[in-house]
Amino acid sequence: MSIWINKNTKVLVQGITGAVGAFHTKQMLEYGTKIVGGVTPGKAGSKVEGVPVFNTVADAVKATGANATVIYVPPAFAADAICEAVDAGVDITVCITEGVPILDMVKVKRYMEGKKTRLVGPNCPGVITPGECKIGIMPGYIHKPGTVGIVSRSGTLTYEAVHQVTMLGMGQSTCVGIGGDPVNGTNFIDVLSAFQNDPKTESVILIGEIGGTAEEEAAAFVKSKMNKPVVGFVAGQTAPKGKRMGHAGAIISGGKGTAAEKIEAFKAAGISVSEAPSDLGITLAKRLGKKVH
Amino acid sequence: MNIHEYQAKSVLAKYGVAVPKGKVADTPAEAEDIAKEFGSPVVVKAQIHAGGRGKGGGIKLARSHDEAREFAKQIIGMNLVTHQTGPQGKRVKRVLVEQASAIRKELYLGMVIDRAVSRVVVMASTEGGMEIETVAARTPEKILKEHVDPAVGLMPFQARKLAFGLNIPPELVGKAVKFMTGLYNAFVDTDCSLAEINPLVITEGGDVIALDAKMNFDGNGLFRHKDIQGLRDFDEEDPTETEASKYDITYISLDGNIGCMVNGAGLAMAAMDMIKMSGGSPANFLDVGGGASTEQVTNAFRLILSDPKVKAILVNIFGGIMRCDVIAEGVVMAVKTLGLKVPLVVRLEGTNVEKGKEILAASKLNIISASDMKDAAKKIVAAAGQAK
Repeated sequence: MSIWINKNTKVLVQGITGAVGAFHTKQMLEYGTKIVGGVTPGKAGSKVEGVPVFNTVADAVKATGANATVIYVPPAFAADAICEAVDAGVDITVCITEGVPILDMVKVKRYMEGKKTRLVGPNCPGVITPGECKIGIMPGYIHKPGTVGIVSRSGTLTYEAVHQVTMLGMGQSTCVGIGGDPVNGTNFIDVLSAFQNDPKTESVILIGEIGGTAEEEAAAFVKSKMNKPVVGFVAGQTAPKGKRMGHAGAIISGGKGTAAEKIEAFKAAGISVSEAPSDLGITLAKRLGKKVH
Repeated sequence: MNIHEYQAKSVLAKYGVAVPKGKVADTPAEAEDIAKEFGSPVVVKAQIHAGGRGKGGGIKLARSHDEAREFAKQIIGMNLVTHQTGPQGKRVKRVLVEQASAIRKELYLGMVIDRAVSRVVVMASTEGGMEIETVAARTPEKILKEHVDPAVGLMPFQARKLAFGLNIPPELVGKAVKFMTGLYNAFVDTDCSLAEINPLVITEGGDVIALDAKMNFDGNGLFRHKDIQGLRDFDEEDPTETEASKYDITYISLDGNIGCMVNGAGLAMAAMDMIKMSGGSPANFLDVGGGASTEQVTNAFRLILSDPKVKAILVNIFGGIMRCDVIAEGVVMAVKTLGLKVPLVVRLEGTNVEKGKEILAASKLNIISASDMKDAAKKIVAAAGQAK
């Protein structure tokens, strides 16, 4: 078990003929992901890494039975690509693209209302169920099948946590990067709720950062709806106010969205907070009562 | 990206938002000419990217064209310090000269993207002239809100609700609705992240106008607005941050003495946190990006070294798609070309990490290697301390 994606997930790559799309198609295939097709308008009939290319997502779904897509198109076309995947009725679409205009995402969210597709991202590393299916850009080899669910707004910080968990011999059920943008498809609560309901996931690592109130809402959810142990970290304790720290969503505005408030909320919800990112694995091991050297 | 008040007002005027009659002046003589053209009184307003200008002496009411010239002379070239500029202040290059308005009532109107509901929210308050954050903290019930459905835009009924809620006289509600609709259209058309009219005023003459105007733009949307890009004022920005953006590197200047180069925004913030926890202080935030090349690493080093405060440099990389050997080569190349004189601590993890470490060791350069983030933070803080 795992959440959202597994060995049976059939994936389409939107933007497969671009340099980034082609590179990651190869990486995902090598990991063992079932890439059943690609989509680039006007390129139907060609192949990338042996994968057939279609003009539209609808054509590709019809021909291959795909139930997931991953998007590697430039920012100007990302909103359109997401809506196309939603229209084709796939279960999940993962948008890797960084730099999507925020107001485009406002429209996309409106378009998605009442539709069944789950969007992860944009501006995210993707989703991986170790040993079964990798949809995104994360380095596959650092993962190991296991029982820890990991969710994060940051890509490389997720790798940091994954690596530590693997080194401690625990492994991951599913890892989800929700992305660093202020308006995105999947939030912490969506992922936490799925982890809570997944029998394979026994514990959770939650990695937040400054900006917005998503961490506070996640903490409230953990407190009221979860009985699995959760370990947390919040990046940006030293970030200055009013400056965007790389991610469009990582900004302390009007004195709100500070790391201190979020850490406080985590602690109040019974989340074991790791003071340093390098202690995430150990903090989890201790919480689970495991002996660590 | 931010723009000046005079630029925001000219953008808004195109969308039917009422603004006072005004022109920008680079010299006192120009300010006098504008005052003569408009007739006195006029308001002379310093144009910098910061609020609180009035309290700092950057906004003056001139009762004659002589006074307009005199005030412009005082303001242009002055170092204006406000609560938003920091103690170093900002140099004023030009002033906006506007026809003065007889004010009956000052209100607040603002628009931002509400992350919690993924929609634009219009906020209005009777507490004009006050910072909205202060109003939100002290009297949140005085902020009226309307969320906008992007499929239909700001509906007239929503604007009317706000206008009546602000106790705008019924005969002026039509003007207020036109104003709000124009502001919303400008917001979505130009990819704003924030538009703020504070104060929005009702004049004695029965007009609804923007006495001040602030617009911030979503950097991700700028590619489709060449006209807005042209309004960027590089003098208002940190030169190193501007330079960094040319190489697709996110760089933010901070006060400390430890230069940082990290891949990924979250990891970069976490590295700063670790430095602080170990008793040091970061000189910058630097995200070198996901697909950095050898050249990119050299550029990042050059940026870090352009800051004279930097006494030591920390490189913290978790190679995913970015390979550690490429980073290592970049570091070696950068050190050789730039002639590094400060201690350098490198922590590599992830793809091809062994190869990366071999490259660093083989270079015979004086690089302190760290095993994990904690170790790296301890070593860099010690190195920076010794360098003092």
